[in-house]
Amino acid sequence: MKLTLKVWRQKNSNDKGKIETYSLDNVSEHMSFLEMMDVLNEQLISEGTEPIAFDHDCREGICGMCSMHINGEAHGPDRGVTTCQLHMRKFKDGETIYIEPFRAKGFPVIKDLVVDRTAFDRIQHAGGFVSVNTSGNTQDANALPIPKQDADKAFDAAACIGCGACVASCKNASAMLFVSAKVSQYALLPQGKVEAQRRVLNMVEQMDKEGFGNCTNTGACEVECPKGISLENIARMNREYLKASIQSEK
Amino acid sequence: MSVLDAKIPAGPIKDKWTNHKNAINVVNPANKRLIDIIVVGTGLAGGSAAASLAEMGYSVKAFCFQDSPRRAHSIAAQGGINAAKNYQNDGDSTYRLFYDTVKGGDYRAREANVYRLAEVSANIIDQCVAQGVPFARDYGGLLDNRSFGGVLVSRTFYAKGQTGQQLLLGAYSAMNRQIGKGKIKMYNRHEMLDLVLVDGKARGIIARNMVTGELEKHSAHAVVIASGGYGNVFFLSTNAMGSNVTAAWQIHKKGAYFANPCYTQIHPTCIPRSGDYQSKLTLMSESLRNDGRIWVPKNIEDVEGIRNGTIKPKDLTEDQRDYYLERRYPAFGNLVPRDVASRAAKERCDAGYGVNKTGEAVYLDFASAIMRYGKEKATVIGEHSPSDERVRELGEKVVEEKYGNLFQMYEKITDDNPYKTPMMIYPAVHYTMGGIWVDYNLMTTIPGCYAAGEANFSDHGANRLGASALMQGLADGYFVLPYTIGDYLASDIRTGAISTELPEFNEALNTVKSRLEAFINNKGSKSVDYFHKKLGKVMWDKVGMARNEKGLKEAIQEIREIREEFYKDVFVPGDMYELNPELEKAARVADFLELGELFANDALERNESCGGHFREESAEEDGPQKGEAKRDDENFAYVAAWEWTGDPGKAKLHKEELTFNDIELKQRSYK
Repeated sequence: MKLTLKVWRQKNSNDKGKIETYSLDNVSEHMSFLEMMDVLNEQLISEGTEPIAFDHDCREGICGMCSMHINGEAHGPDRGVTTCQLHMRKFKDGETIYIEPFRAKGFPVIKDLVVDRTAFDRIQHAGGFVSVNTSGNTQDANALPIPKQDADKAFDAAACIGCGACVASCKNASAMLFVSAKVSQYALLPQGKVEAQRRVLNMVEQMDKEGFGNCTNTGACEVECPKGISLENIARMNREYLKASIQSEK
Repeated sequence: MSVLDAKIPAGPIKDKWTNHKNAINVVNPANKRLIDIIVVGTGLAGGSAAASLAEMGYSVKAFCFQDSPRRAHSIAAQGGINAAKNYQNDGDSTYRLFYDTVKGGDYRAREANVYRLAEVSANIIDQCVAQGVPFARDYGGLLDNRSFGGVLVSRTFYAKGQTGQQLLLGAYSAMNRQIGKGKIKMYNRHEMLDLVLVDGKARGIIARNMVTGELEKHSAHAVVIASGGYGNVFFLSTNAMGSNVTAAWQIHKKGAYFANPCYTQIHPTCIPRSGDYQSKLTLMSESLRNDGRIWVPKNIEDVEGIRNGTIKPKDLTEDQRDYYLERRYPAFGNLVPRDVASRAAKERCDAGYGVNKTGEAVYLDFASAIMRYGKEKATVIGEHSPSDERVRELGEKVVEEKYGNLFQMYEKITDDNPYKTPMMIYPAVHYTMGGIWVDYNLMTTIPGCYAAGEANFSDHGANRLGASALMQGLADGYFVLPYTIGDYLASDIRTGAISTELPEFNEALNTVKSRLEAFINNKGSKSVDYFHKKLGKVMWDKVGMARNEKGLKEAIQEIREIREEFYKDVFVPGDMYELNPELEKAARVADFLELGELFANDALERNESCGGHFREESAEEDGPQKGEAKRDDENFAYVAAWEWTGDPGKAKLHKEELTFNDIELKQRSYK
């Protein structure tokens, strides 16, 4: 395959940035998208120019480090995958591919395609946990049976990898899908119930502080989410939030 | 006293840990606040250690090179975590887990450490459930288990094929609680590049802020290295792209002994490589061997037919297939330990039976499991004479429930549907049992410097059993290190804060600075990856699944040559004071190039086969075990701990003799 790549280049957070055009021959359809980027970078290095910086680590779709907006979609045209699992067989010979960073106020660009997603961490610091110490004296794991359907739903919510595709896909740059996944996981489990009210209020407050927008139910996040996190979680978070706002003393 | 005193407590094995905990020093809560601890790495070991230490009251600084601690490579662990809970009432016990682990490690692990690991394993599950980790449950609401290789009980807890993710997010959540309270100061996108010693004690690190490129000095009363394994010395492995040996290697160069570097786990079930551009290999969880059957065609003509596409694997009848694991190991079948399964796959492929174009693949087939589950399901829902089609449909649903995400991952990578056609798999480098030598307290040979998780060497001997890495990481971080570190720190309560203005800090900083500047100024002609791939090829061809004296000697020579060429001709574009992924890689590959040589030396020195280390010179020559690995307990029942002397080829060997009082040494048989 022969490709034309239009890639966002930005020296650092102060630079304005622009699209550069590169052409790449001999791309195999079995390559992953990031392997294609590796090949491009090797080509740039051999020409003595600086390679394109992009985030990646596990390359098996679970760490959530890779990002990239490809032809206008977070993680590219395939469904249910991250960029590292996207393969070149999804593209056609001769195609022009636009590659940009995730764009959101809450995700400032650090360099080229690398963005700062620490806002997600700060939201988690505000309440993404159960307050239990590692004493080794907690009760036996089977002392508290949890209905399978609740455990399964909690797992489905917990499968979020924190990549930020939901934010990048949302016209409001809303982080509701991300936050609601964590809120839901704990709200569905007895261990999380004790702090449920405090958690949802604090996490939503921090989410707003970070500059993420609100949810207007377009559902783009759910479509682009590589892990299939459901919009139901946003509904559940809204209920939790409403309940907490009325009942909580905070 | 020898420096290699493992400090194993006296007394019967089942009382050692309890007695030790009762006897060691503790730091009072008011003093803990005044003590700083640096934790490098935020995977299961580092994340759980940082959280636990902060909960106890210490001031913790945690470092990771990723953009968030949640992304450490523990996240990619799929299958599960072992614990001796005996929920299935199948005769499991602390002793049995201990026994399986020592045997699985081919009698090259330290008994006392392994027993402690088995002992605290049950607490881990309780702890994680209390944190809200959503383990798989049955319809009664209780925790479900599955089996893993090398054991005869069902003791593996899991969360679909994402157990590592869920456990790491549990540890991350515990960290978040402490970060929110200010008890952990988190340094994302920071890479440790050197250890600072003051008066012979570990007192801090030099870290590079990977966004600005600034070098930073950080001080502490103790330093914990939990930076994972070094499988990426092979270039291609199931490790993350960023996984590296640098933190471990830098402490090695400052005096920490490196133990058993040649013990590498080659995992039998990975997706085969597809081309030269391949950047990493993807694991298919061992849990798949619960239900998948491994085979190659019995007849070489069928192999050719499959390779040129005239025959489909489904066309072959049962008697045209060679289920070679079931044939060779009837007792354990497809669930033999990883080293055994990998070598068996290599044996078939070397004999010409590989089923893909490169000849490096075998089948992992779910057809019979799908039909079996389908029949069970049909009975449960009251369908008494379902068609084959219907049974298959029901069975596929059950299999999807169990392994859905793995099947999806396989399909995305290979474009083949594993529900309809068998998966193709081949062994790949996965885990390193070797690592920094530690004593019973997890302290290295440098006072105040600890190593936890995959970064240390202690619990898995020469081969790790499936679902035991998660167990060890969390055991070290939640339940071992937080206690044992107090014993050391109790004498440090009057020291006060360590100043980063000490000359030792500036000296270390300048060394790191000139090392990095040299890369930037080198202006060679080849990229870092060029050298890394070259090193990886030597490692795989000559220090991989089977090793011999001639190959190892060649490897040592070749690695030295690659290293020399690397320093002469590497090209690192960009600047030091900016985000520069090529510079990061150069520093890591430089360390891999040294480690690789020590690794090969260790493999050469160990003239026996044990676990993942297979020396062709040391195989059973006849009898029922013909061709199997031959261990040499008389000459090699020791830990090889290497001391840095300035050149990886001239490292000094220290031996920790291994004694087995509670388990009888015998040949590991899975037949």
